[in-house]
Amino acid sequence: MAKPKVATTSLAGCFGCHMSFLDIDDRILKLIELVDFDKSPVDDIKKFTGRCLVGLIEGGCCNEENVRVLQDFRAHCDILISVGECAIAGGIPAMRNAIPLEECLRESYLKGPTIYNPTKTIPNDEEIPLLLDRVYPAHEVVKIDYFLPGCPPSADTIWEALTALLNGKPLDLPYPLIKYD
Amino acid sequence: MNHTFTFTIDGVEVRGRPGQTIMQAADEAGIYIPRLCAHKELVPHGSCRVCTVFVNGRPQSACTQPAAPGIIVENETEALLAIRRSLIDMLFVEGNHFCPFCEKSGNCELQALAYRFGITAPQHPYLFPKRDLDASHPDIFIDRNRCILCGRCVRASRDLDGKNVFQFVGRGPGKRIAVNAKAALADTDAARTDRAVSACPVGAILRKRVGYAIPIGQRMYDAAPIGSDIEAVRADPHQ
Repeated sequence: MAKPKVATTSLAGCFGCHMSFLDIDDRILKLIELVDFDKSPVDDIKKFTGRCLVGLIEGGCCNEENVRVLQDFRAHCDILISVGECAIAGGIPAMRNAIPLEECLRESYLKGPTIYNPTKTIPNDEEIPLLLDRVYPAHEVVKIDYFLPGCPPSADTIWEALTALLNGKPLDLPYPLIKYD
Repeated sequence: MNHTFTFTIDGVEVRGRPGQTIMQAADEAGIYIPRLCAHKELVPHGSCRVCTVFVNGRPQSACTQPAAPGIIVENETEALLAIRRSLIDMLFVEGNHFCPFCEKSGNCELQALAYRFGITAPQHPYLFPKRDLDASHPDIFIDRNRCILCGRCVRASRDLDGKNVFQFVGRGPGKRIAVNAKAALADTDAARTDRAVSACPVGAILRKRVGYAIPIGQRMYDAAPIGSDIEAVRADPHQ
C-alpha cells in the first residue's frame, strides 16, 4: 500500500513553523517511513502530484497568491491544519490590518526614513501578487480542520499532531503543548 | 449572624458564610470558578461573565451572587464550558491580542483561560480594531489593543491606590479605558508601583523596561493551568 502523503507550505509566514517542524530531529527518519512528502519546501516539489492526507499551512493570506495556494491545498488535502499564530490569527503580518493599505505602501516605498526611490513609484508589476486589503487567517479563507497554536508550535506539538492523525487517533493536545507564543 | 450554612457546587457540599459570594465560598472549598474581572482584593464588578454559574438553574455571575443555604450551583458543565469558551473567544477577536510578542504572554489571565479551556483557535472572525497606545508616562504604558475592559485598574486605582487614575469612557463598541488627566497618562499621578498596574490581567497596562524577564517554561501558566492554586486546596486532605 502506498504511503499517505503530506504537503506543507509557508504563506504569509516567516518559515519559523517549518524550522520548528524540522526540529523533530531524528524523528524525521521515522516520519519518512510513515509518509511521503508531496508539494512542500522540504523536498522542493512545486506542484501537487496527487491526493494528500495532510496539508500543513504556515502563515495567513496577505496576497492573492497566498489565497490561490491555500485553495489549492484545500482541494488536494483531506485534512488541512493551520500551523502557528500567523495561520490562525494573522500574526505579525496582521499588524497592518488596522492601517489602510495605501498608507502601508506609501510608508514602505515613499515616506519611510530609509527609502531610496528616485522614481517615486510603488511597485505594480503584474508578476507581483496583489496585496489583499488586510491579512486573513487561513480559516477565514478556506475550511481548516485542525489548529496547532504557537509561535512556532513546538516540534513536539507538530509531532504529536502528525502521529495522532496518521494513526487515525483524535487530535487532543495536552495542556503544556497549547501555547500561543 | 456568624453561623455557616451549606450548599452544593456540581453536587459537592460546600460551606458558606453569610455575606460571602459563591466565588468566595468556592475558593475556600478549593473549587475553581474561572474568572477574569474578579480579583481577590477588589470589589466585584460582574462584567466579564466568565464566572457565570447556574444557580438553581439560572445563570448568575459567581463573583457577585451571594452564597445562600441550599442553593444548587452548576460550575463545570459542558454548557457552561461552551459559554465561557465563547466569552474568551470574543475577547480575543474583539481586540488585537498578538501573544507571540506580548510581554505578558505566559502570565496573562486571558491567555491562561484559553489554555485551560483547550482553545486552539477562536470560532469568531477577527475584528482587528484600530486602538491606540499611550506611552507618555516614563515608567508605565497603556496598550488599548490588549484591553479587555475588565475594570480592574479602575477599581485598584480608586480603592487600593487612592488615586482614581483610570475610568471608562464611551459606550458599546466605543467603550475604552481613559486616564484622569487633560491629555495623557504622563499627566496623571500614576506610578510604577501602583496596584492598578499589577492588577491588569492582560498586557494592557505594563511597566516599562521589564520586557521578557521570566524565561519560557518558568512563567506563571506554562506548566499548570490557571486555577490550579485554588484546586490544590481541595486536593490537600489536611484542609
